[in-house]
Amino acid sequence: MDISVQLLLFLILFPLITALFMLAVRRDTDRNWIVKLSALAIGAVTVLLLVTQFDKGTLYYGFNAEPVNLLMFVLEMVITVIILGFAIKFRNYLVIALTLIETALIFWFESAATPSVAVKSPLFIDQFSIIMALIVGIIGSLICVYSLGYMRHFYQHHTGIPDRTNTFFIFIFVFISAMFGLVFSNSLIWVFFFWEVTTLCSFLLIGFTKTEEATKNAFTALWMNLLGGIAFAAAIVYLTYQPAGMLGLDQILVSGKVLVLIPAALIGFAGLTKAAQMPFSSWLVGAMVAPTPVSALLHSSTMVKAGVYILVRFAPVFQGTVIGYTLAFVGAFTFLIASGIAISQSNAKRVLAYSTIANLGLVVACAGIGTAEAIWAAILLIIFHAISKSLMFLCVGTVEHRIKSREIEDMNGLIVRLPRIAAIMAIGIAGMFLAPFGMLISKWAAIQAFINAPFGLVFVVILIFGSALTLFFWAKWLGKLLVIIPDAENVEGLVDTNEWIALVSLAGLTVITCFIFPVISSMLIEPFLLANYGSVALLSQDNVLIMVMMLFLLVLLPLSILLPHRKHRTLPPYMGGVPATPDMHFQNALGAKTEMKLSNYYVSPWFGEAKLAMTGICLCTFFIVLMFGAAVFGGGIL
Amino acid sequence: MISLLWAVVYILLAPVIGGLVAGIDRKVTAHMQGRVGPSIFQPFYDVGKLFEKEGAVVNETQRFYVISYFVFAIFAGALFFAGGNLLLVVFALTLAEVFLVLGAYTANSPYSHIGAERELIQIMAYEPMLLLAAVGMYVATNSFNVSDIAGFPTLLVLLLPGVFLGFVYILTIKLRKSPFDISTSHHAHQEIVKGVMTEFSGPNLGFIEVAHWYEVILMLGFVFLFFAASWILGIIAIIIVYLLELAIDNTNARVKWQLAMKSSWAVALILGAGNIAILYFLGRI
Repeated sequence: MDISVQLLLFLILFPLITALFMLAVRRDTDRNWIVKLSALAIGAVTVLLLVTQFDKGTLYYGFNAEPVNLLMFVLEMVITVIILGFAIKFRNYLVIALTLIETALIFWFESAATPSVAVKSPLFIDQFSIIMALIVGIIGSLICVYSLGYMRHFYQHHTGIPDRTNTFFIFIFVFISAMFGLVFSNSLIWVFFFWEVTTLCSFLLIGFTKTEEATKNAFTALWMNLLGGIAFAAAIVYLTYQPAGMLGLDQILVSGKVLVLIPAALIGFAGLTKAAQMPFSSWLVGAMVAPTPVSALLHSSTMVKAGVYILVRFAPVFQGTVIGYTLAFVGAFTFLIASGIAISQSNAKRVLAYSTIANLGLVVACAGIGTAEAIWAAILLIIFHAISKSLMFLCVGTVEHRIKSREIEDMNGLIVRLPRIAAIMAIGIAGMFLAPFGMLISKWAAIQAFINAPFGLVFVVILIFGSALTLFFWAKWLGKLLVIIPDAENVEGLVDTNEWIALVSLAGLTVITCFIFPVISSMLIEPFLLANYGSVALLSQDNVLIMVMMLFLLVLLPLSILLPHRKHRTLPPYMGGVPATPDMHFQNALGAKTEMKLSNYYVSPWFGEAKLAMTGICLCTFFIVLMFGAAVFGGGIL
Repeated sequence: MISLLWAVVYILLAPVIGGLVAGIDRKVTAHMQGRVGPSIFQPFYDVGKLFEKEGAVVNETQRFYVISYFVFAIFAGALFFAGGNLLLVVFALTLAEVFLVLGAYTANSPYSHIGAERELIQIMAYEPMLLLAAVGMYVATNSFNVSDIAGFPTLLVLLLPGVFLGFVYILTIKLRKSPFDISTSHHAHQEIVKGVMTEFSGPNLGFIEVAHWYEVILMLGFVFLFFAASWILGIIAIIIVYLLELAIDNTNARVKWQLAMKSSWAVALILGAGNIAILYFLGRI
């Protein structure tokens, strides 16, 4: 067997083996070793995959897939039974109905003996798969390592819940395995199978704590993703009655747009549900009830990234069609509105959730536009977002265990109270919105891509206004962290080593990827674009150089504290002449002692969740209806 | 593309010209108010005095934020005058502003805190228009590079009148003039004292003052770009626009931040995006 296919099978199967081991593990130390070694192995193999395969182009692996197909069918039925079991237990009739519809569709395409069902090469690898594998492999592994520390604290804080750490890791590793399967599958039936596995895993992980709220939110995530699953299955049914081979990604993308408009719209819809775009964004916000590493995993390297992955894959079909533009509108408006809602949120995890929804919206918009430049921006967004967002979640998780709160207002002066964690968090926030960090580079690339695309100006305008909103909510959070409270106590203590490894690595990655993104671009993204579009996009050399200069300045400027300077006095802040104590208590007009408290603006009359979300849901539903209309009436091609 | 010479000229001359502009500003304002006003070199004396003063800080980290604001404000301007990418100029300027805001946040002081919040709202208010100005110039000239835009043969203001008006509108925010001197004002008599700058004093305040001069010159350079096809018109435009800002400053009371934000976005959307849309679709026919 070829080395690459061995690596690929290793990545899909090895996490499953680790999951099996988890069944048997009893002691903490054993679990620690197994998880750490597995994480290391997965991370190392993805890097090996990069080193050996980056210059090989696209490779397809053909073999007799019949036994595997059968196994997948059986497993799919197992998934159905599990979901039905939960749905019946909790009397969720919507989920029961959706599951039954989906199962019917699965039976339909499995029993249809048309020639197209057999895909010659079910597995493949190209540069985009490698990028996704690196994201899943490296970030996923770091989150696993982090979870070791986190789950121990978690059970110290939640004593009422029975310890199910093993189950937790089983779900996580199955999830990672499914993600690898998804990005390496050429056969749509295989993609669909792994797609369903991620739906199940996310359902189980969101409902992990088994509280009432967790169960409710898990079911929300489930029915929304089942809806996407049904669309996906319907696309497969449609394609089974097309000429042979049409169930392979390789064939669909070169078959000409007319044949695949309807399945493209269906899969586009499935992508929207999984990527938590409006009107389906509420499941991702609800998913916050899960332990923080789960949030980190769902938001950065898995689940939602599966949604945008499939959209980016289908981008050549979307390009220049009404379907593509309507998708782009859904993404763009989701970006704008979710960014607005984030301003009104004071819960750190909810801010992160809305920011994820917003950024995925941008990726969806790029995929919908579908030009080479837009896809370049989309892939950069996927990479940078995965790194910064996982870092942010893990930081919030660590902070939460220390200060017992995930409210941003409670993070006042964190740089004094938890200096090292706050510094890392500051890097994460800077990575999300400031030049010269990754997300801003990507937004810049997106502006450039939109403006050169036909009718792209609308998206430029939406992006520009949306970016201004993101600036506000990130900067005010960053400001809160950096407040210096002179008499605050440092309560950081010892951070768990496992958590620390993950945090430092991700912070390092946030900065390093900004330095090396031109290399990532020329090694992986540009060859991918050249193969799929025949053209490439890139920022000019000069501009990259200027970005690097800014980055160097940013790294060097903190050293300015060390520069020699004249002696200065430290004075208390100005309180308008009112006598105040150093801990900022002052005498109010009635003579009573009052504590001075500062709080951020949340501007809820403008950016309140209920109002804006309703606008977004209506607007995006309208565009989705338009998309299906265009697909059905064949007017999809502009 | 990049002309180092112009960048160096900017770095050396911008504080001199910026200071003089501030001096003339005060003189003209005084005349508008029926006063004689100080010498036009007064801003230099003021800043000189600030640097001689004893350093007094609220905390040790303030210096870092001030220096970073100063460095990136110069960086943004130098990039502009070197003929660099306009979007990148705006991003660098935003980075500089964020440092100023963070510096104000760290002080843990009520006045500078509210100033910081309002400053962020101001950035949120003007940034779309600033980026739209860059986008408009791209649609007109097919380049984001200041060097190409400056070399464009047609007067850009004829193609982008709406964008120009929108830019002048937000220029009031950038110059910290009434009615939009919301986060801080040139006069320390507003309801939040000196807002975002309340807790900076001595040399730190001096650096902020000089950085503001750099920013003013950058903004005037932006105005010039709209008239770059003709040098003389460009300079006349700068003078008229600045005098107009002074007239607005002296005839308007400060508005609430809500109005500043709403009106800036409306102007950006209607004048800015509307103008670009017309140009964009005309260009594609």
